[in-house]
Amino acid sequence: MYTLLLCWRYLRTRWIALASVISVTLGVATMIVVNAVMAGFAHEMQSRIHGILSDIVFESHSLSGFQDPQWHMEEILRAGGDDIEGMTPTVAVPAMLNFQVRGQWVTRQIMLIGIDETTHAQVSDFGRYLQHPENRRQLSFGLRDGGYDTIDSQTEDQQLATRPALEGAGWPHRRMRVERERAWRQRQAELQASEQAGGPSAGPVRPVDHQVDAVLAETSPAVATAAAPPGELPPTAEAHPPNAPLDPFRAAKPEEQGRVFDPSREQFTGIVPGIGLASFRDSAGIDRFLVLPGDDVKITFPTAGTPPKAVTDTYTIVDFYESKMSEYDSNFVFVPIEQIEKARGMIDPQTGLPSVNSIQIKLRPGANLETVRDRLRQAFPADMYAVSSWKDKQGPLLSAVDMEMAVLNILLFMIVAVAGFGILAIFFMIVVEKTRDIGILKSLGASSTGVAGIFLGYGLFLGLVGAGAGLALGLGITWNINRIRVLVEWCTGERVFDPSIYYFFRIPTIVDAWTVAWIIAGAVGIAVAASVLPALRAARLHPVEALRHD
Amino acid sequence: MIDTNRDGDRSGAPLLQVRGVRKAYRSGGGMLEVLRGVDFEVEPAGFVSVIGQSGSGKSTLLHLMGLLDAPDSGEVHLAGNRIDNLPSSRRDRLRNTDIGMVFQAYHLLPELSALENVLAPLLVRFSIAEWFRHKGEARRQAEALLDRFGLSGRLHHKPRQLSGGEMQRVAIARALVGQPRLLLADEPTGNLDEASGAGILDTLCELNHTDGLSIVLVTHDQSIARRADRIVRLVAGRVENA
Ligand SMILES: Nc1ncnc2c1ncn2[C@@H]1O[C@H](COP(=O)(O)OP(=O)(O)OP(=O)(O)O)[C@@H](O)[C@H]1O
Ligand SMILES: [Mg+2]
Repeated sequence: MYTLLLCWRYLRTRWIALASVISVTLGVATMIVVNAVMAGFAHEMQSRIHGILSDIVFESHSLSGFQDPQWHMEEILRAGGDDIEGMTPTVAVPAMLNFQVRGQWVTRQIMLIGIDETTHAQVSDFGRYLQHPENRRQLSFGLRDGGYDTIDSQTEDQQLATRPALEGAGWPHRRMRVERERAWRQRQAELQASEQAGGPSAGPVRPVDHQVDAVLAETSPAVATAAAPPGELPPTAEAHPPNAPLDPFRAAKPEEQGRVFDPSREQFTGIVPGIGLASFRDSAGIDRFLVLPGDDVKITFPTAGTPPKAVTDTYTIVDFYESKMSEYDSNFVFVPIEQIEKARGMIDPQTGLPSVNSIQIKLRPGANLETVRDRLRQAFPADMYAVSSWKDKQGPLLSAVDMEMAVLNILLFMIVAVAGFGILAIFFMIVVEKTRDIGILKSLGASSTGVAGIFLGYGLFLGLVGAGAGLALGLGITWNINRIRVLVEWCTGERVFDPSIYYFFRIPTIVDAWTVAWIIAGAVGIAVAASVLPALRAARLHPVEALRHD
Repeated sequence: MIDTNRDGDRSGAPLLQVRGVRKAYRSGGGMLEVLRGVDFEVEPAGFVSVIGQSGSGKSTLLHLMGLLDAPDSGEVHLAGNRIDNLPSSRRDRLRNTDIGMVFQAYHLLPELSALENVLAPLLVRFSIAEWFRHKGEARRQAEALLDRFGLSGRLHHKPRQLSGGEMQRVAIARALVGQPRLLLADEPTGNLDEASGAGILDTLCELNHTDGLSIVLVTHDQSIARRADRIVRLVAGRVENA
């Protein structure tokens, strides 16, 4: 009983010992915050990756793909059985994207992915990443009549309209652009005519030129096609590429030869590029777009034959894809699969069967990823097909993150261990200071274990207090981390968490109860361990010597 | 109040017996032989004074009797049973239940109040569960003792708020609360003025006479020693009965 009483009394009179616990508190708090943020990022990343890739990807080794996806899908269904919920074929090919911004041609290296309009969103989170609410429900490669989100649909705080440019995107934007282009060309032609007629010199005309350019740049940066050599636009039937516009109600049939393609009412084949290809985020967190849904771009890609030939087609942007993984968002461009199969010559002229590169497979919830993958691996020859789960695909990245977390935890635990040495030193001091009391207790019949218990209990209590305070502090910081970030940014005037880099508006956090429990246990363990040596010393004190001490 | 007739008592035998006890300290290069074969007895309800010059080994002898230290050779018997070679847990127990000690420097625990200091031996004796069972009784006992020593108004004072005489009376109350058979006092009046010292001595005499408590009183003051039934003189590490 005296153990408890004295332990408590020593605590009440020796607040200095609490100072040694501050480092435990800070260490625990840091570990909780860092783990929560790391887990948040890792989870965010995993779910993004998983959202982009389907559960299992079935692909061929060759770029030309394999023939007859229908037959393959039936085989996969036979091998996978009930575990398979959905499948969709895809064609992927490296390509080049070109578009004009203020008269400059911008070229981007991309991965062109042919997807099935109706089934693709069923095997992955693809649909969730689109900017038009209708497309999120069901993707269409036809251009929409406006209504694109000006607010990022994937963030929680819905106040900030970070994409004002998407306000007029779609058909209104396309019509306006075509109108302006027409007006501009007309003016250009007039100028030319008057110059040839020896009219007023070109001098006074120049400012107008600049003015128009400036207006165009202001309202729609992508429209500055005026710099293109005259004659290239408006596109005539010859200029009209062979790809058929998908929307039968809006687009012209390609067979209607001699018909003039009217860009204000018709579109080319729709594409959905990654948002990173078409925009950048400025320091205020507003997305600036180089091109908008409704604008036309050119894509150059290799055909399926050997050696491959480059083919260039014009496409109309119908939406943007935003997975928030910048690697994908600045690389992927989605097109209708039939179109790319046709354009690349992947359809067998004899059988009419198309080829695809891969089949994306979605599993029934609860199905075991690895077993289904292994079953498929057995069913198909490994030298022709690669079957991998989404985790396999991102294995190195995911394990790098795990590794990072482990190293960080070890380093942070060192902080707590250092705190342990602080406790050790302070406890030794207390034992020395209390030597006579220890002698007195022994003269009253206290056992060595009892005396040791006072200091172990003391250490345990300090550990609990330190870890408890650390827990409170850590959770407090974690749950308010975005508020703290705003505060720090406001104080320093610098961006701590730049949304133009991370593509999220808030820092993601996940507090894992087990991790927290381990951190607390470790901190308390260290505090107790640090008090073991002083406690042993107290226990071993010779009573007579201790009584003589002063 | 003090029960001197416990189990293992052989009637007629001395309560405490010290036989041929030797104790040497290593000092510098050589050995300092402090006790060179001390033979010494205390009868039940006896009151013995041990006197000797400073450094003669009085405190050393008292610590051996109080089981705070072990002799190099020789034996210590309590009520006929050898106690100096018991395992440490038994020695701790005996020290708690059978022996009360009072020191020159009071040795109160500064963090505890007077009452808590008096209760300390019982806090040591009982586990948490036992303590809650005996708490009321223990408190009553401790308060009665403090009352008896004229300290009823100072129960909740910390040691540093008490005078030397008051602290020593608290220390005596603490030594008695566990109802020991033997009280060992090491110059209990050494730090006190004459009046308070005389008060303490009166208290000890009263305990000896009315309660039949056996007392060993260590002092270097002849006049104080004379208050005891018997005086033992330590000279050159041996006992001379005076
Ligand atoms: N731990 C020790 N190491 C070495 N020498 C010691 C030790 N303890 C005591 N001594 C020596 O033993 C001798 C006896 O000491 P003790 O304290 O018993 O004397 P004392 O008779 O009580 O003296 P005083 O009247 O001054 O209290 C002294 O000379 C002291 O120096
Ligand atoms: Mg002495």
